Amino acid sequence: MSANTFGKICRFEDVAHLFKDHQSILYGGFGGVGTPPGLINLILETGIKHLTLIGNDTGFPDIGIGKLVTGRRAKKIIASHIGSNPNAGSLMNKGELKVEFCPQGTLAERIRAGGMGLGGILTDIGIDADIVREGKQTVKLGDELYLVEPALTGDIAIVYAEMADSYGNLIFDKTARNTNPIVAMAGKITIVEAKHIVPVGSMDPEDIIVPGAFVNHIIPSKGVDWKWAWE
Amino acid sequence: MGLGIKERNKIAKRAAAEISNGMLVNLGIGIPSLIPNHLIHAHDVMFHAENGLVGMGSAPDKGKEDAHLCNAGGQPITIRDGASYCESTIAFGMIRRGLVDITILGALQVSEAGDLANWIVPGSRVPGMGGAMELAAKAKKVIVLMEHTDNTGMSKIVETCTLPLTAQKCVHMIITQLGVFSVTRAGLLLTDIFAASSISEIRNKTAGSFTVSDNIHILQE
Repeated sequence: MSANTFGKICRFEDVAHLFKDHQSILYGGFGGVGTPPGLINLILETGIKHLTLIGNDTGFPDIGIGKLVTGRRAKKIIASHIGSNPNAGSLMNKGELKVEFCPQGTLAERIRAGGMGLGGILTDIGIDADIVREGKQTVKLGDELYLVEPALTGDIAIVYAEMADSYGNLIFDKTARNTNPIVAMAGKITIVEAKHIVPVGSMDPEDIIVPGAFVNHIIPSKGVDWKWAWE
Repeated sequence: MGLGIKERNKIAKRAAAEISNGMLVNLGIGIPSLIPNHLIHAHDVMFHAENGLVGMGSAPDKGKEDAHLCNAGGQPITIRDGASYCESTIAFGMIRRGLVDITILGALQVSEAGDLANWIVPGSRVPGMGGAMELAAKAKKVIVLMEHTDNTGMSKIVETCTLPLTAQKCVHMIITQLGVFSVTRAGLLLTDIFAASSISEIRNKTAGSFTVSDNIHILQE
């Protein structure tokens, strides 16, 4: 632990009051890899529900964001893929979970746009797919037709980082980086669960992926409490 | 349903022949994941993973898995020299910019015109598109590996797709356990057949129309 000059370093119990019913929660991670395990458990413990979850996929039934889906905490999810979590598909088919499918790269750019303070993006991806195109504006630039895909932000963004300094500068680990940098920038409140927390000045500024200005709270991780799908 | 490992490997081996040194290649889950085992001449291939990696290596030895080093299917992997990590928007920027030379993926249906349906069966299977729409629309070459028929015996090569499309007119090549088709402006062209199958068997099991190449390759198994 390091000097808490910016007041961002805290414990899980210190941020519990930030979570409320009906919030939109942006989450980092891809197939559970890089989803903050302690923050997922905290959300389960707070008992909040009717959430709108926004992230790459629905994890696995007991891994990553999948635990919130399995625990029926979500009313809606915006994701690119739900295939690895059968609970998501069955809740969707029963009408208990609304799923907005978004192509993976488009979803990432919509989150990035939210983090960058933009209104949305223009893309031709999914323009042939009725389910993607339905209800969206199109724009013609020159000869090209594009879909207008609105930016996404979340009431709270939950992020997993390999290392944070006390200002919230973030570094990630291998493919656990995935959507975490963009998610970290797109939360109205961004909470980071970090494996290592170090004093400011101990990270090389050239290595930092997310500047701490985007980060509100930093919590030391206790590691995963699930078994990976391949174990 | 499902092909045996021998059949899956024979499809993967044929697909591997499309890959050459220097290419940036994205492999889907399922049969495409077997392809690296069949790359005999192409040693300098960069495998791209949508979750933020260029330069995927082989599977790790048992016990050496790293939970933070996985492919887009969530399976543990290793990296090769020259590999790099990136976040999701950059992984997809490479795809949308057309920097991926070949993407090799599975399908539910492919039409005579090369339309691809591989992400949803409304009302039953709803996995989602993942990165398939970007890959199918923007990779320089799109190769579909699939079982020739579905689990009810219906042809997966069709005149027109009845399932929701992933992307239109995007598929360049189809490899099944029976043979290989190229998608041409004139329609499907059967270019290769596996030795155990025959043109008449393929005709019987294919709903879409196709022509047979004048110099068709017989693939020994």
